[in-house]
Amino acid sequence: MSAKIIEKKLIRPPDVFYYKVSAPLISKKARPGQFVIIRLNEKGERIPLSLADINPEEGTISLIVMAIGKTTSEMATMKAGDEILDLCGPLGQPTHIEKTGKVVLVGGGFGVAPLYPIAKAFKAAGNEVVTVMGARSRDLLVYEKEMNAVCDRVVVTTDDGSRGIKGPVTAALEQELSKGGADLVMAVGPAIMMKFVCRTTEPFKVKTIVSLNTIMIDGTGMCGGCRVRVGGETKFACADGPDFDGHLVDWDMLLGRQKMYVAQEKESFEAWKKRHAHAVSEGE
Amino acid sequence: MEEKKKPKIIPAKTPVPEQAPLARRSNFKEVSLGYTKELALEEASRCFGCKNRPCVGGCPVGVPIPEFIAFLKAGEFQKAINKIKETNLLPAVCGRVCPQENQCEKFCTLAKKHEAVAIGRLERFAADWERENGKGGTPPLPPPTGKKVAVVGSGPAGLTCAYDLAKQGHKVFIFEALHAPGGVLFYGIPEFRLPKDIVRREIESLRKMGVEIVTNAVIGKLITVDELLDDYDAVFISTGAGLPKFMNIEGENLNGVYSANEFLTRVNLMRAYQFPEYDTPIRVGERVAVVGGGNVAMDAARNALRLGAREVTLVYRRSEVELPARKEEVHHAREEGVRFELCVNPARIIGGNGWVEAIECVRMDLCEADESGRRSPKPITGSEFQIPVDTVIMAIGTGANPLVPQNTKGLALTKRGYIAADEETGKTSREGIYAGGDIVTGSATVISAMGAGRRAARAIHKYLSGEK
Ligand SMILES: Cc1cc2nc3c(=O)[nH]c(=O)nc-3n(C[C@H](O)[C@H](O)[C@H](O)COP(=O)(O)OP(=O)(O)OC[C@H]3O[C@@H](n4cnc5c(N)ncnc54)[C@H](O)[C@@H]3O)c2cc1C
Ligand SMILES: Cc1cc2nc3c(=O)[nH]c(=O)nc-3n(C[C@H](O)[C@H](O)[C@H](O)COP(=O)(O)OP(=O)(O)OC[C@H]3O[C@@H](n4cnc5c(N)ncnc54)[C@H](O)[C@@H]3O)c2cc1C
Ligand code: SF4
Ligand code: SF4
Ligand code: FES
Repeated sequence: MSAKIIEKKLIRPPDVFYYKVSAPLISKKARPGQFVIIRLNEKGERIPLSLADINPEEGTISLIVMAIGKTTSEMATMKAGDEILDLCGPLGQPTHIEKTGKVVLVGGGFGVAPLYPIAKAFKAAGNEVVTVMGARSRDLLVYEKEMNAVCDRVVVTTDDGSRGIKGPVTAALEQELSKGGADLVMAVGPAIMMKFVCRTTEPFKVKTIVSLNTIMIDGTGMCGGCRVRVGGETKFACADGPDFDGHLVDWDMLLGRQKMYVAQEKESFEAWKKRHAHAVSEGE
Repeated sequence: MEEKKKPKIIPAKTPVPEQAPLARRSNFKEVSLGYTKELALEEASRCFGCKNRPCVGGCPVGVPIPEFIAFLKAGEFQKAINKIKETNLLPAVCGRVCPQENQCEKFCTLAKKHEAVAIGRLERFAADWERENGKGGTPPLPPPTGKKVAVVGSGPAGLTCAYDLAKQGHKVFIFEALHAPGGVLFYGIPEFRLPKDIVRREIESLRKMGVEIVTNAVIGKLITVDELLDDYDAVFISTGAGLPKFMNIEGENLNGVYSANEFLTRVNLMRAYQFPEYDTPIRVGERVAVVGGGNVAMDAARNALRLGAREVTLVYRRSEVELPARKEEVHHAREEGVRFELCVNPARIIGGNGWVEAIECVRMDLCEADESGRRSPKPITGSEFQIPVDTVIMAIGTGANPLVPQNTKGLALTKRGYIAADEETGKTSREGIYAGGDIVTGSATVISAMGAGRRAARAIHKYLSGEK
């Protein structure tokens, strides 16, 4: 099944894009915390992307993608009306949503985007939802307005202090936990950030769920490429996850395995940039 | 068939032209070039046309072997292929990948004292002849019955079931999780053994018969089997045995350790061998160890050579005679330079900075098979040794993927997590749900999966026609 891009926006210059994609069936089935796998064209690779919004009435899903390499940059050159050759999903287990009391969501960079449907769901389940979101500087924050609309409170941090509290998200999280505690913490973002979030929450003994971003291919449990160690057991992030108890995750293995193809990814990106110098310079 | 005078015995198979081992190590083209017309006629002449047809009994779908070979002898190639197709939907595939030495050829009269008739090669010849001469048509279809069947998974079991049901006038939809149909034929078995073009064409002819194939459709996630039953009159589950096994030894999660499924999927489905023209990367390095002894292990080892590995070692814990792979693949792998370390088991994988550096193995005692069949090999203490490698590929088997069972209420499973289904009909514990192929038997063969698809199609047709 291919899927048409209905809307595309640059939401954080220069490299974070919002896509609304027509996916009637997926939108009916998808739950917060799940993801899709896309392949842009015949020669393309399969990459996983989280659902940043799910709209069954409209029959659409939204994706927020940061252009960091070959495939994501190629996607950045696509426009509304273009077709994504393959769209497969919803994949993974939905985030476990229940009424627990106070939930603190932690998002780093554009990792805030996939937290948006999760925040809505926790809120709808009757929780108090606080989001702590951080970025290097104010220009790099995404989804602040959207999160404000669905959360009880949003705490913003920037490394350079250009907006909100100056410092890393973990510092703001620590403050939040010392002040008011929490019944559940959930973090989405770069692996290194999630690792430090887990370190921060450990002394508070707050259960911390993380959404792991391993390298994936099929996304159905067939290849084992996405394997992670959780609590001493091998799990497949695409089928058993992507959500896991962050205090049980072997972070060093995850961080190591994400680097498996760094050299090839660079080669592929450079070759693509040469071929598409024109499209890239146009930005959008 | 008349046998007036005793036929002359030609003891050995007519050799088949192949790419030379050294040349083929550096390309992904098919290894065996197949018989020419002349060679096929020569080989066909070795067949006695035995009246008791022992060979047919060895074929899981009962291909009428003496009859099709008789047509070949007479130069009636179209009739030969039509004969085969009476029971075998994918002769171009089976002729190439069936473990003939355990099936049809094992029971050939000639095999008692000499080499069996090369049934597989002849079958392939007939199928290739038809394709090359553009004769492959689709069978005439009866008027539509108005019944709809959903097939889950597009491997050989699903394709065969779809074909047989379409032939009865039922409307068939195949749902496939990946972006390309074909199952293991497409993502697992390599190009140099089974050109993907052949698989594509077979699937094209199914489409011409009105079978719809929906790709990127993960059943259990996008649509559940129960939801399918709302829209379809019956469901056939043929999702294969795709869950890769690991050994749970130290170092298995280092960078550079692949499951064979991941390795082969990257190469076949994603065409990593054409990186960076195709986006998906793969890393093999200089030295590779493959753990296992089946077709999957041979395929991984030979792919690794073709991707530029200098040294590929296959590590298998039992002895030569027990290698489960097709004999031809073992032979081809040896010719291409794959090293075999037999009666050896991996103990751990050693790494530095997160990357594989060596595999430590231990030699096994009681490894040779005895009269009673398999003994259980035991490690010999102190026999540990290391093979320096950049890549380790685990090809030690697969299990049942729990995705469909988990999301289908009341579907009875076996102890090992496979779907419990009647062997003759594919009936499961749920009315209207049938299953067959590797998801029922565990990893088996292409032709046995096809046989299961065919038997289930027969039962589904009966069910749809109101005979229960
Ligand atoms: C469950 C999940 C959800 C994700 N959600 C989002 C999202 O909502 N938005 C977003 O922008 N990104 C998301 N990602 C990450 C995204 O998949 C990668 O950024 C993308 O694959 C990079 O591809 P590239 O060719 O542009 O870059 P590359 O240069 O090929 O890769 C850059 C980095 O991305 C990772 N990566 C590469 N290939 C893959 C792959 N096949 N599968 C997974 N990771 C890979 C690697 O760590 C790599 O170093 C998610 C990843 C996972 C596993
Ligand atoms: C590398 C390799 C080499 C082999 N070599 C040989 C050989 O030489 N000779 C031989 O006879 N046999 C060989 N085999 C075994 C043979 O390929 C299998 O026994 C056969 O393919 C099983 O067929 P199947 O239809 O049951 O399943 P498969 O071929 O496994 O097909 C199952 C299909 O279902 C799809 N699927 C899974 N889950 C879902 C879902 N939830 N929703 C939708 N679709 C789904 C999968 O993506 C797949 O396409 C080999 C196997 C491998 C892996
Ligand atoms: S289908 Fe396989 S087993 Fe049957 S005759 Fe052909 S090669 Fe032999
Ligand atoms: S058993 Fe051998 S010789 Fe006899 S009919 Fe079969 S293939 Fe021919
Ligand atoms: S991506 Fe292949 S098993 Fe998870």
